[in-house]
Amino acid sequence: MSSQKSQARLMHVLTFSLGTQKFAIAAGNLREILDPMPCTRVPGAGTIVPWVLNVRGSVVPLADLRMLLGIRKSPSGESETRRLVVLEVLVGEDLITTAIIADAVHEVTTISSAAIEPLPAASQFPAEFISGIWRGETEFYLLPDLAAIFTTLANRSNAA
Amino acid sequence: MNEDLAAIFQEELSELVESLERALLDLKSQPQDMGLINQVFRDLHTIKGSGAMFGYTTLAGFIHDFETAFDKVRNGTQSITPELIRLCLAARDLIPSLLEDEPDPQDQRGQILRALRAETSGAPGAQPAPSAKPEGALLSFHLKGKALALGARPDLVLEELKTLGATEIEADISALPPLADMDPDMCYMSWKMVMPAGVAEQDLDDVFVFVDADWRLHSATAPTAPTQSEIAGPPDTASEARPSAIPLPDTDTKSESGTRNSTPKKDAANSGDGMATVRVPAARLDTLMDTVGELVTVEARLADMARSSGDPALVSTAELIAQLATQLRDATIVMRMVPLRSIIGRFRRLILSLSESLGKPVDFVVVGEETELDKTMIEKLADPLVHILRNSIDHGMETAQERGKTSKPATGRIELSAIHAGGEVLIRVRDDGRGMSPERIRAKAVERGLIAPDAQLTDSQIFSLIFEPGFSTADVVTELSGRGVGMDVVRRTIETLRGTIDVDSRLGTGTTVTMRLPLTLAIIDGLMIKVGEETYTLPLSSVKEIIELPKEKAIASETDDFLDIRGKFVPFLRLRNLLDCTAPDPDSQNVVIVESGDGCVGLVVDRIIGTSQTVIKQMSKLHSRARLISGATILSDGSVALIIDVSHLVSAANPHSKLTRELAA
Repeated sequence: MSSQKSQARLMHVLTFSLGTQKFAIAAGNLREILDPMPCTRVPGAGTIVPWVLNVRGSVVPLADLRMLLGIRKSPSGESETRRLVVLEVLVGEDLITTAIIADAVHEVTTISSAAIEPLPAASQFPAEFISGIWRGETEFYLLPDLAAIFTTLANRSNAA
Repeated sequence: MNEDLAAIFQEELSELVESLERALLDLKSQPQDMGLINQVFRDLHTIKGSGAMFGYTTLAGFIHDFETAFDKVRNGTQSITPELIRLCLAARDLIPSLLEDEPDPQDQRGQILRALRAETSGAPGAQPAPSAKPEGALLSFHLKGKALALGARPDLVLEELKTLGATEIEADISALPPLADMDPDMCYMSWKMVMPAGVAEQDLDDVFVFVDADWRLHSATAPTAPTQSEIAGPPDTASEARPSAIPLPDTDTKSESGTRNSTPKKDAANSGDGMATVRVPAARLDTLMDTVGELVTVEARLADMARSSGDPALVSTAELIAQLATQLRDATIVMRMVPLRSIIGRFRRLILSLSESLGKPVDFVVVGEETELDKTMIEKLADPLVHILRNSIDHGMETAQERGKTSKPATGRIELSAIHAGGEVLIRVRDDGRGMSPERIRAKAVERGLIAPDAQLTDSQIFSLIFEPGFSTADVVTELSGRGVGMDVVRRTIETLRGTIDVDSRLGTGTTVTMRLPLTLAIIDGLMIKVGEETYTLPLSSVKEIIELPKEKAIASETDDFLDIRGKFVPFLRLRNLLDCTAPDPDSQNVVIVESGDGCVGLVVDRIIGTSQTVIKQMSKLHSRARLISGATILSDGSVALIIDVSHLVSAANPHSKLTRELAA
């Protein structure tokens, strides 16, 4: 999804919030953004991917990545800005569709890959799931490594 | 060359080669069978023809010579010998390399062709196969009693017989009484006709199934019977333009195929003979299935809306749509089903070659090869089955000498059987080999650290240890008189198909591997139930009955979790507990008795909602550890209901298999 002129330099990202922390994911992973809707609990599925929902006739798992990424749940509870972000992520050789909860979705924007820095060693965030930090104008955005996150979740499911 | 056409040719070729191989292997045990000989010839001829058409000249040239040699068999100057079959199979094996147009430095092709020629030119006409002149069988029948009063239509019967290849039909009116004595309800005529050789009595039975007729098939040679090849027309048109009236004899004459419960119509469809067929890419069938799934879901929504609107016109239209959707669903499912037979050929070949190279004579028996499974399932099953069969003959079977020392017959027996059982397909590989010793497996497992030295295990738990990944290293296998290579891979494959695999063995008597697979019908009939506020679906095919939970059982107890159902004790499970339901208990609960291969179990649910068409959606990889759930479905209100994995629950209710699962975890 990078612009044609400078492929390596620019990338489109979607920015959203989990709790008070902002995140940016490659827009190429994004399939759609949905308003909250009824979802179905999956018994025995654990706490990170505890639900499924119906996305246009497909049954899609819904993940809450806050705990995994070391984010405290927003104190105000469920806000009106909550959205479900449907993603396509490569796990192994398969492209899987999954949704995640976002406390708020902001915008699709273009960032320069030069502006992305590695996660500081002493960070409170799990380094294996964060591929970098982008310093925006007013605050910093974490770039989650979606492939790593969902590969880990899928393998964990297999092992159990 | 056009890529699409090339792909079609390749696919057609692989089918032809498979059919050729099957016919050759069958010929080995039935060398006199003219139908099989014709089949081989037809296959060769079609391969040659389309090969040449698509520019595979090397292939076409080779097959031409192959065909020429085999023609001697067909015209009766040469009979089938085991050596000939061996050479034909070897020649068949060269086809892939010919297709690639690979160089042939050692002149393998030439050698085989020369050997074929030598084999077929030896003693010309010395032993003309009697079957070379196929005999027609004489069929006669008359309708009994007041057949015409009951609506019998001899003309329709004759029509059907014609589709089986009846020729020279003659009516016999000698029994016709004078007009004054004639009862118009009786049919006084009888008919005689010539049926092609090899017509199965079962097919005839099917023709006469709705009429009360006396029919006899005389196998005596009818001098005027046309030969098979005459019927089949000149070879050039044999594969394409054969009249649809000719049944494929090979499907009717397999002695090893065991119980055949299919209709002749199905046979014709399977062999691609007689019925017009259209080749459709599998992906299009998948799309069709998906669309039908959507349709069924939307249809349920429409039915809901119609019901609540109360408009009779809308209701009746919705019902009509529901009917059509069901028909469309069934038609689509059937389209995707293929018989197990389509992959049996390669197994026979494997057994044959292993049996020869290992010096272990083996009879390979297939029961229920007509059993149909979803196409995707069949494809994924091939590898595990090859693995199990190879293990069977390699490790399980004794050599002829070893068997000689026991009371067993010198020739071993490996049986592959497939049957439909409820909503599942049961596939079983059974050998009468040396079996496995639980003690040795146990010792190995302890050594490998798979189980604790003091673990209390039943034999069945011990046998299931061979599916553990740690068990399948080479040195274990050589020391162990059992199986082990890659059985963990086999289990994994079966589990990805949502199936289960079990092994049972008796030392000295043999080993049985049983696989249970869902039909993978993408759409099933489901029973919707409520547990707490949540809706779940059970496959209706597994539901035996529904009863009310007796009041005294309503309170969970540690020890007494059995129901007395007409004198039979059935264990029951509380879905509320299994599904971590926190809602308060309702006043009354129901028990759904479900059955799978392992037996019955009762599932306590809060409420029964009703049946519905259930479009199965696979659960994501992210949910593969939710073992109680086998899939999901979308309800008419758009919400998702989960499908309960019944066979998993049933085996979990079985205490010893619970332990196995813990061991495996």
